[in-house]
Amino acid sequence: MIHSLFLINASGDIFLEKHWKSVVSRSVCDYFFEAQERATEPENVPPVISTPHHYLISVLRHRIYFVAVIQSEVPPLFVIEFLHRVVDTFQDYFGVCTEAAIKDNVVVVYELLEEMLDNGFPLATESNILKELIKPPTILRTMVNTITGSTNVGEQLPTGQLSVVPWRRTGVKYTNNEAYFDVVEEIDAIIDKSGSTITAEIQGVIDACVKLTGMPDLTLSFMNPRLLDDVSFHPCVRFKRWEAERILSFIPPDGNFRLLSYHVSSQNLVAIPVYVKHNITFREGSSQGRFDLTLGPKQTMGKAVESVLVSSQLPRGVLNANLNPSQGTYTFDPVTKLLTWDVGKINPQKLPSLKGTMNLQAGASKPDENPTINIQFKIQQMAISGLKVNRLDMYGEKYKPFKGIKYMTKAGKFQVRT
Amino acid sequence: MQEWANQLCENRQFGSKMTDSKYFTTTKKGEIFELKAELNSDKKEKKKEAVKKVIASMTVGKDVSALFPDVVNCMQTDNLELKKLVYLYLMNYAKSQPDMAIMAVNTFVKDCEDPNPLIRALAVRTMGCIRVDKITEYLCEPLRKCLKDEDPYVRKTAAVCVAKLHDINAQLVEDQGFLDTLKDLISDSNPMVVANAVAALSEIAESHPNSNLMDLNPQTINKLLTALNECTEWGQIFILDCLANYTPRDDRESQSICERVTPRLSHANSAVVLSAVKVLMKFMEMLPKDLDYYGTLLKKLAPPLVTLLSAEPELQYVALRNINLIVQRRPEILKHEMKVFFVKYNDPIYVKLEKLDIMIRLASQANIAQVLAELKEYATEVDVDFVRKAVRAIGRCAIKVEQSAERCVSTLLDLIQTKVNYVVQEAIVVIKDIFRKYPNKYESVIATLCENLDSLDEPEARAAMIWIVGEYAERIDNADELLESFLEGFHDESTQVQLQLLTAIVKLFLKKPTETQELVQQVLSLATQDSDNPDLRDRGYIYWRLLSTDPVAAKEVVLAEKPLISEETDLIEPTLLEELICHIGTLASVYHKPPSAFVEGSRGVQHKRLPGSAGSGESVESPDTSSAAGISDAPPAVIPSQGDLLGDLLNLDVTPPATTGPPPAANSGVQMGAMDLLGGGLDSLLGGDLGGSSAMGAGFGAAPAAMPASFSAPVSGGLDDLFDLGGGVGMPMGAFSPPKTVWLPAMKGKGLEISGTFARRAGVFQMELTLMNKAMSVMTDFAIQFNRNSFGIAPAGPLQVLTPLSPNQTIEVTLPLNTVGPVMKMDPLNNLQVAVKNNIDVFYFSCQYPISMLFVEDGKMERQVFLATWKDIPNDNESQFQIKDCHLSSDAASNKLQGSNIFTIAKRTVDGQDMLYQSMKLTNGIWVLAELRLQAGNPNYTVSLKCRAPEVSQCVFQSYEAVLKN
Repeated sequence: MIHSLFLINASGDIFLEKHWKSVVSRSVCDYFFEAQERATEPENVPPVISTPHHYLISVLRHRIYFVAVIQSEVPPLFVIEFLHRVVDTFQDYFGVCTEAAIKDNVVVVYELLEEMLDNGFPLATESNILKELIKPPTILRTMVNTITGSTNVGEQLPTGQLSVVPWRRTGVKYTNNEAYFDVVEEIDAIIDKSGSTITAEIQGVIDACVKLTGMPDLTLSFMNPRLLDDVSFHPCVRFKRWEAERILSFIPPDGNFRLLSYHVSSQNLVAIPVYVKHNITFREGSSQGRFDLTLGPKQTMGKAVESVLVSSQLPRGVLNANLNPSQGTYTFDPVTKLLTWDVGKINPQKLPSLKGTMNLQAGASKPDENPTINIQFKIQQMAISGLKVNRLDMYGEKYKPFKGIKYMTKAGKFQVRT
Repeated sequence: MQEWANQLCENRQFGSKMTDSKYFTTTKKGEIFELKAELNSDKKEKKKEAVKKVIASMTVGKDVSALFPDVVNCMQTDNLELKKLVYLYLMNYAKSQPDMAIMAVNTFVKDCEDPNPLIRALAVRTMGCIRVDKITEYLCEPLRKCLKDEDPYVRKTAAVCVAKLHDINAQLVEDQGFLDTLKDLISDSNPMVVANAVAALSEIAESHPNSNLMDLNPQTINKLLTALNECTEWGQIFILDCLANYTPRDDRESQSICERVTPRLSHANSAVVLSAVKVLMKFMEMLPKDLDYYGTLLKKLAPPLVTLLSAEPELQYVALRNINLIVQRRPEILKHEMKVFFVKYNDPIYVKLEKLDIMIRLASQANIAQVLAELKEYATEVDVDFVRKAVRAIGRCAIKVEQSAERCVSTLLDLIQTKVNYVVQEAIVVIKDIFRKYPNKYESVIATLCENLDSLDEPEARAAMIWIVGEYAERIDNADELLESFLEGFHDESTQVQLQLLTAIVKLFLKKPTETQELVQQVLSLATQDSDNPDLRDRGYIYWRLLSTDPVAAKEVVLAEKPLISEETDLIEPTLLEELICHIGTLASVYHKPPSAFVEGSRGVQHKRLPGSAGSGESVESPDTSSAAGISDAPPAVIPSQGDLLGDLLNLDVTPPATTGPPPAANSGVQMGAMDLLGGGLDSLLGGDLGGSSAMGAGFGAAPAAMPASFSAPVSGGLDDLFDLGGGVGMPMGAFSPPKTVWLPAMKGKGLEISGTFARRAGVFQMELTLMNKAMSVMTDFAIQFNRNSFGIAPAGPLQVLTPLSPNQTIEVTLPLNTVGPVMKMDPLNNLQVAVKNNIDVFYFSCQYPISMLFVEDGKMERQVFLATWKDIPNDNESQFQIKDCHLSSDAASNKLQGSNIFTIAKRTVDGQDMLYQSMKLTNGIWVLAELRLQAGNPNYTVSLKCRAPEVSQCVFQSYEAVLKN
């Protein structure tokens, strides 16, 4: 099982180590540093590295490497999932997961890690349970603790830990009972030169924020549940009911949680909400290149496309770019050759465009790679797959909760090849 | 460190007092000294702060072990946070201060009795982490109590503690009977306890592979499946991994487990999903393929695998490595999901490379256009490693999907036009493979390749180019100039290039002997005199001698037709794949190596195997594996001829890594010949006396040594078989038929094992085969072909394997033979090279038939004719052999021989010595005359054979011996 954990920052310092079994010398990280040196980009460090006596499994999140050390055969996904859980917990506790935040809260971090694993076996990883065991630090609580000498460690066994609903604590009380659901869909797509879709798929999630008193039992039904043929549920969802009736029935955890995630595959027709007209050319023998980009909406069901951000990695030979945006601002980093254009909202009447020239190094030959254009955008009040919630009902409690559903579509990895 | 801490504090303008970073600040006086004072303070608050400072120092790797007694003193407190902090410290330093650690024992024992279950659990948890031998003994009693605690939280913690203790002192755990208690916990009412007990047992079992800890039976499996639904995600992983070790009794049990595991595929935790996939992949093996549920299950497996690819890149990587295995085992699961493996430009490189690999595995005629378009796109990317692999992938597509070959070649030519150095080099390497797969089809591109000769700087590309120049020397006008230009820097080249250059120049010489004599001498002397690489030198000598003794034979050897390379490249060997499928989701699956090959502490891991299919009889319907696997129904490849094998032996490293190497050269005679060639070569270089018969003669000379090795092995080795079979086959009047021997071991046949023999029954010459499927998949589409051989033996009909061969099934086939096929003299004479094709691949093996099979029924010569012929055949053609240890009367011998169509024409008795005159006729009309001398009481017989074709005598003698001794 998981032996040890090292946290390494971007400059290669080990700033935290935790051992759940015998102590493993931090020199084991040298193998990691070697791999890091070989990798051109920070994200290219291989996730599984073998050393003579151990295996290092790492994830990179928030520019921190979380390196787990294992010694025997352990499912790597188990380790990676656990590491992601650690990151999520830190974020949950400290608001951000940065080196500074971890160092500021090093004792809480230690207590958390100790609580999450025992001898390498996961112990308590549910945020609800952890928060009962170790109270998250707040400025107020820290001050109160300092003055009164009380502690931020829970003295009682968390109530949820062994119940049939380990994700929910008992005795929850709210004055305002509310349940909000966000349906968020991300489109991953590759569009080729000519504008036709090579592959497009939708990753959707339903995130919930449930603040309900007592032990509510919720059911959520959809207008078109057939869209959801590939789903992953939070453990609270009753799978049998879904299989039989296509209804989500569950006792929710308290607070924020991800109710389900789903995947609409490339075999279904996925609507592409924006199109790009581009003309990026270099001529042989000339030190200039033309850059011409126009964006427009497409299949948006009348909703506005907002927060549009275009980025593209221009060829290495490009020295600088003189471009003229019809709206928004653009930047070009001459070192990384990264062009970003913050477009804002697309007005269908007046399409945003970015035109101008790129200068190449004098005498350099025509670049042989074609830049790929990466687009980010958001569309409010619409789930691009067409998924719609039908109704939400609550059983088991008497009060009337306030309910709300929000839809949003975002670009995930949305790439246009030129 | 201190500097850093100070800086950190300065940087924080406010709130520095509120955060833990204050614990890193120190005063100028000794830090340890100060902490000591604070730890011993009366004020609780100050104590706690001090312990926090100590912990903070510990987290950054600073040594604060000197404070051990002071910290332990803080342990007796009712403040839970302080207690936890002290425990944290204890776990870290107890090992370095074992004597001091004893002080803590009392508190632990007391805490294990605490009314608060949280404290009981905490104590039992911490105890196990203190890795000090002396202490462990004190822990047994508290642990025993905690294992039976009323609170499940304590029980589940205690379960893990057993594993900890086992790690420290295995003997102690066994003596105290904790293992039994742990096993009892599998039946606990609380699912969390069950999960932890399973996890602990699995960990213990890993270090004791042979202990029967996890005694899985239907009852425990049922308990596990119940707990599976209710425990945490991590517990589910442990339980699923444990389930995967179980082998269901029948397909119904298998199906019912699958049904209960399937919901796990919808879990949000990817590790749970992958563990569930493992269980399903394994148990699926047992389901009959025609079952509706089987199809449903296949469909259910695809979506979760695809979903894994939308997760973080690290998860994707592990998922992709596993999908790679799954695709090889059951390509039908993901055959429609090609698009999800398309590469995004900002994927990490390790994800890109894996996706590319899977794309090729899934490539088929249906989707090849899409795949090629993508690959071409990738070839213009920035990342060099990725571009290289993409170019190589285009070549692999060409080899795999025949219909696409033309498109692939033109794509590669486009890429060569880009003149990007590494693209050109990769393209040349793969074009060489394409030439080997589709000979005489695309050679028109050679001119384009030659233009890029100068830009090649990598050994592999240079070697490939040289191979092409040598192989097609007759089509390249300036081949000699090109090769000469390489020769200039001969000693600076890598071995790969040197060997290739040597072979290429020899080929060139054989094709254009007049103008290249100088060149060939130059390269031979470079290779043999100036090089200290033994491979190069030996190959140089072989060529030298070949060329100097018999250029014609050399031509046959060096320029022989090459075997086609196989289409499905770098597949994992089936038995390894089977084992890896049982280890989906583990490190083994990431590294594609069996667990025994790595990971310390897994000594003597049991090899896991997939269970066999239940309905291995006729209930199994042939699934569409051949098309699913993307194997085109190519006609069986040309069987390598004798010379090819030799050529291939010499050309061993010509074979590109993408091919499956030379066909198994089980032909010991050839190898012997080659060795002899080398030995003799040295002689002839010294002006030796080996005659003009060259390779053939040398090979023949070696034959007597080689023959018994391969021929008599079944006779002596298979003694038991002999007795078993003896009754039926060895009847005096029946023709002799040797017992079956393994011709194609399963290792070489990708799971297909072929054993067989030859027989002549009622005048019909036939081959009797036993095909056994030791792979995991169904085999279909069997076909057989023989290479040209000495007597023109050929199948008289197709190989009759009508039903598909399911895993572990064995089938007996009789293949009638005739002798009207093409003829080529083999060495040894009765050698037969066979190619068997099935839906997986084409396999080659060679076997030897007893020549007595070819003795025809009308082989009885007239007395006068016999006498005349005997006199007519020159004495030079007579050969004598001894048969030892044979105890038959002359009549019995005569009877026996007659059963095999060796006819006795006359018998003479002189001085108590019986002389039998016998004749036999081969299918091709060659007569063999024999004189068999036996003396009563003497077990040694003498056979004299006379024949116009003396080459057959050796074989005939062997038949004599075989027939008489049966």
